[in-house]
Amino acid sequence: MLTILFDGVAYGMLLFVLACGLSVTLGLMNFINLAHGAFAMVGGYVTALLMDRAGVPFLATLPIAFVVPAVLGVVLERTLYRRLYGASPLDQVLFTIGLVFMAMPIASYFIGSEPEQVHLPEWLSGSLTFHGVGIGVYRLLIVAICGVLAAAIQLFLVETRFGAQLRAAVDDARVAQGLGVDVDRIFAIAFAVGSGLAGLGGALAADVVGGIDPSFPVKFLVTFLIVAAIGGSKGILGALYGALLLGVLDVAGKYYIPEVGAFIIYAVMVVTLIIRPQGLFVRGDGR
Amino acid sequence: MKPDDKLARRLEAHLRRREKWRWPEIAFWLAILAAIFTIPSRDALINEILIAGLFALSLDLILGLAGIVSLGQAAFFGVGAYAAAILASMGLNDPIFGLVVGAALAAALGFVTAPLLLRGSDLTRLMVTLGIALMLGELANRNAWLTGGADGLNFSMGKLIGLFPIGFLGQRNAALYSFVVLFILFAVARRLAQSPFGLALAAIRENRLRAGALGIATGRRIVAVYTVSAAYAGAAGALLAETTQIASLDLFDFHRSANVMLMVIIGGAGWLYGGLIGAAAFIVLRDVISAATPEYWEFWIGALLVMLVLVGRERIGEAFARLSPWAAARSLRRGAA
Repeated sequence: MLTILFDGVAYGMLLFVLACGLSVTLGLMNFINLAHGAFAMVGGYVTALLMDRAGVPFLATLPIAFVVPAVLGVVLERTLYRRLYGASPLDQVLFTIGLVFMAMPIASYFIGSEPEQVHLPEWLSGSLTFHGVGIGVYRLLIVAICGVLAAAIQLFLVETRFGAQLRAAVDDARVAQGLGVDVDRIFAIAFAVGSGLAGLGGALAADVVGGIDPSFPVKFLVTFLIVAAIGGSKGILGALYGALLLGVLDVAGKYYIPEVGAFIIYAVMVVTLIIRPQGLFVRGDGR
Repeated sequence: MKPDDKLARRLEAHLRRREKWRWPEIAFWLAILAAIFTIPSRDALINEILIAGLFALSLDLILGLAGIVSLGQAAFFGVGAYAAAILASMGLNDPIFGLVVGAALAAALGFVTAPLLLRGSDLTRLMVTLGIALMLGELANRNAWLTGGADGLNFSMGKLIGLFPIGFLGQRNAALYSFVVLFILFAVARRLAQSPFGLALAAIRENRLRAGALGIATGRRIVAVYTVSAAYAGAAGALLAETTQIASLDLFDFHRSANVMLMVIIGGAGWLYGGLIGAAAFIVLRDVISAATPEYWEFWIGALLVMLVLVGRERIGEAFARLSPWAAARSLRRGAA
């Protein structure tokens, strides 16, 4: 019972890292980025390929799995995404679906359509027993890394000058610009960090979801959207709660009532959107 | 009072003019019919195009006429297809019966889910529609006793009105069957778009708040058009299941919803022919590209989509309107709306 809860929390933490970049672009920048999963895929591939073909140790690949998608994110943001910030939702959806359609064949062309496995080192694959509760070491690592990241992001947004500028830019880009905030730069950095986190999440998730393959962006697109939808799109904490709720529900649902499977999380999303279109964890009207 | 009278008369004349079938339209339909008879080796492909055209038409009804975005049109397509498939596998394999039941069930689903579209932003609508399609896909996956699960359903179809076999033995019959269904439903949709109901939808698309202030019951109109659109998508799904005699889980796929949106966008949303032309362009394109690079055709579709958005859909539409005489009428209508 508690093991399941813990697995759910670990899965939720993972979802948070994967999806928080999406929450930022979606909620803060009002941009519907359906190609978010492609960045996660890149991160997953970086880790899998570095370990498999270059023999780099698992933990050492994680920073690279962050940096590569982040750089890719900046390049794409500067060249393509920024043209669409003011565009209609339909245009944004079409554009990012186009990117997904391009990303998947590119991946299968260069890497192959077979799933790339991430082989965890010995010391991560065992499990501990703590007061009678079995805990996977790798799950513990995920919770630790993601927890630290979540705390860091929240502190960063609330406490630092950059965080204040980002929030100002999001609230009203024109006024922020008028006050001397370099909105362009802020958005680019936010986008890069979001993409990088997705990549890191992809690297961490590779083992949990059974390897990275070219259909990853579509398979998990929906899950990301659900996290963003449930969490509400106005802040990082909402995404965290949303991801945790979803993780626990999904794992528990698959364990206790396997016959309904993924149905639960879709239902949760639709019901949430019906009752509170602005998200569950948003205070006030959410505007 | 005089100028008002004059304006009213001009508007009336304009609306009446729009109702007439113009010669390019008649030529368009005759060309399809001719293609079915003159290139029999391609009848399966033509059939696929006609069905995709009907599916795209269903999306155009809500996207083009009423301005409602949806990423879940595959939900209705799948319901229609599975309804026809399950009936046929139980022995009720009359094609027209399956078609009607499929469309009716899809319409019922559309009617029930339409109120969910009345709230929230475009983003909410995108996710709710997507979520519904995924839920249905998961339902079909889990209820394998009914749907065959991941293996899909195989069944044999009865003869059309007891005379013409459709499917592998009668590719031409299948294409003709799809053609007739598409033509009838298109004519209905065309009439619908020109009716006061269609004009009310155009008002809702341009500005829902103002449309409401003019006394249009916007919510009811949206529910109505969404139900009709669902029925069309269901009919398209039923046609596909009946003419290919297989139903599988990919009917509910995200790809399907995304592709149909792409078709409408390629052809131009809002003038009904856009969906048909887009479907033809998309499928021919896919056929040509996948003949060259079978695995990677999606890349080029994606590239096309990105280009389309970056260049600007509007500009392409305008260039097209200048070229074709009967699309010009549409830009005129846009100007008047």
